[in-house]
Amino acid sequence: MLKFNDPISTDVLIVGGGIGGLCAAIASARAGASTLVAEKADTRRSGSGATGNDHFTCYYPKAHGENVDVILKELLNSLLGPWHDAKLSRRFLLESIHMVDRWHEWGINMKPFGDDYEFMGHAFPGRPRIFLKYDGHNQKQVLTRQAKKEGVKILNHHPVIDLVKADGEIAGALTLDVTGDVPSFTLIRAKKVILSTGTANRLYPAAGSPGWPFNTAFCPSCAGAAQAQAWRIGAKMVNMELPNRHAGPKFFARAGKSTWIGVYKYPDGKLLGPFVDKATRYVGDITCDVWNSAYTDVLLNGSGPAYIDCTKTGPEDLAFMKEGMISEGLTALVDYMERTGLDVSRHAVEFMQYEPHLIGRGLEIDIDGQTSVPGLYAAGDMVGNFRADIAGAAVYGWIAGGHAGTAASSCGFKDVEHSPWVEERAALYSSLFERDHGAAWKEANLALQQIMDSYAAAGPHRLRSATLLTAGLKYMADLRKNALSEIAVPDAHSLMRAIETLDLMDNGEIIMHAALERKETRGMHMRSDYTFTNPLLADKFLNVWQEDGRVCKQWRQRWN
Amino acid sequence: MPPIIDRNKCVGCGTCVDICNSNIFVFDRSVDTVPRVKFPDECWHCDSCVIDCPKGAVTLRIPLAYMLLHVDADTLKPREAK
Amino acid sequence: MPPFIHADRCTHCGMCATICPMNLFKQEKGQVPQVAYPEECWHCNACVLDCPVKAVELRLPLNYMVLHVDADTLHE
Repeated sequence: MLKFNDPISTDVLIVGGGIGGLCAAIASARAGASTLVAEKADTRRSGSGATGNDHFTCYYPKAHGENVDVILKELLNSLLGPWHDAKLSRRFLLESIHMVDRWHEWGINMKPFGDDYEFMGHAFPGRPRIFLKYDGHNQKQVLTRQAKKEGVKILNHHPVIDLVKADGEIAGALTLDVTGDVPSFTLIRAKKVILSTGTANRLYPAAGSPGWPFNTAFCPSCAGAAQAQAWRIGAKMVNMELPNRHAGPKFFARAGKSTWIGVYKYPDGKLLGPFVDKATRYVGDITCDVWNSAYTDVLLNGSGPAYIDCTKTGPEDLAFMKEGMISEGLTALVDYMERTGLDVSRHAVEFMQYEPHLIGRGLEIDIDGQTSVPGLYAAGDMVGNFRADIAGAAVYGWIAGGHAGTAASSCGFKDVEHSPWVEERAALYSSLFERDHGAAWKEANLALQQIMDSYAAAGPHRLRSATLLTAGLKYMADLRKNALSEIAVPDAHSLMRAIETLDLMDNGEIIMHAALERKETRGMHMRSDYTFTNPLLADKFLNVWQEDGRVCKQWRQRWN
Repeated sequence: MPPIIDRNKCVGCGTCVDICNSNIFVFDRSVDTVPRVKFPDECWHCDSCVIDCPKGAVTLRIPLAYMLLHVDADTLKPREAK
Repeated sequence: MPPFIHADRCTHCGMCATICPMNLFKQEKGQVPQVAYPEECWHCNACVLDCPVKAVELRLPLNYMVLHVDADTLHE
């Protein structure tokens, strides 16, 4: 068995120091709770927001008027998708501008264009614009600095690998110390735990580079840890069966499509979408947001490829676009284009649809950010019943952190040190390190991607069915058995990746269980055995969770 | 592959090792004065190591498979007009 | 990955290194061959077949798993 370090106690434990985690940590510390962030890498540069972002969804009454529901409608029509419990989205919108004010005060430039906030991009012509354009190139450093200033403790290079429950409530978490070559465990006792581990990548073969799991638009170290770990202790998931696929440049997978100011065209020069024939910094071509299967469709029907053409964008807006790419953290892409002579004033860049990943699918939270496990919260991309990406992570992180920090004062610590669950999980992980030769973790990750691609494929043009999903679940169980008996890891880093891969298997199984139960076609969840969209399910959400080793499924009404 | 550290510029501060969000570097000062890229194929190409290196010693090589597909924009017109 | 040589049985004859169609192995004279390019293994089994002392084992990667079900589940 790998060594256990001395346990740590904290009122509130934050799992993952991304945007959601750091904002949660600051709010928790302000509520008077001792707060610790356990982070897989280093909070100054971790996660999908590592090097920046530039669009923050926000309701600003001064610009948008007094009726929040007008903005809520835009939110549900945006790339953030329709699968929200509206009461959460409304609370998010009402609190969003205060978070923007705080970020600006802390040192993230939310007003890069003058004295007031400006809204640009991801917008339909003639409709309210809900994305505040900002300069987030330093966002992770600023949030880290602010968290430390507020008394938050940060434990870098300590991924959380399992959650611990006692008497039906959250009691702490097990972390893996990956600071050296030899891994060890550190148990953390906590009164409240907030999950904020980001998107789940590496579930499906990378659309641009199959067989190469790390060419992903979102950070590939984010691998569905929150969903998997919470699933293992019985938390409710929601919307896991509804696939999401991002789109962007081909083959270098990178998010930030609205940072590109251009129009999408077929090779014959015809416009792909109906929205604009000339793009500006305020209103670009939103086709990509609302029809992101376009790039797959035009390849499969032979009319493609589809390109983004920025050559009709004025020189000022092109300079603005480059600044935006730097704010968004796309400097590797910008440098590459410069080095290779790729010039958007002359060249048109092909776009593609990326592989399915999990964003806005996962943990069900209540209005305060709490999951179905008492004391366990979630904020950010792994929440399943609300989604607003960067802004959603920041605002709901703040809400959850404040609630957890306050609630922690009225409860005590539970025993985690004698937990048989911890013992069992630690023994399992240790066995992978103790095996002197065997399978590499990457084989297991590729096998998982192969199974997901064959038996739980996402649309467009790919179908699911009861027989395929049932076979997929069987094969996933076989893979898990093979993986647990064969994976051998040489160092702490590789053990971390192996554990991520096991977490991804849980995510894959949750998706397949939920997809079996959704007996209709909706969005990119396309069933060959239920080809229609059932209006009776339009306002219903599907919960899946585990109880006594059994998978439970239940439909519920959407919370308005 | 991915990050390349210029040994002549690197001062061994370890910033890249600390901040890499994919934990791809290892740095054992008793072995070498410069960090080693131990897990190059796990690089996300996020550019953090390039941005944060105080000496400008890190460059990022984008893998060939990540080539950005593009054409001259003026070819986007009907076939007969080309 | 792929071929695994049991060092305690290996006689350093170099047969596996010689016959491998993918040239995966590197061998210093008098040493156990090293599997230098494991990811290029085609899993043809030649090294297993030709090793005179049965010191080579071939492990199939996890993602080569052969998908199967119990045949008696194949009914309506």
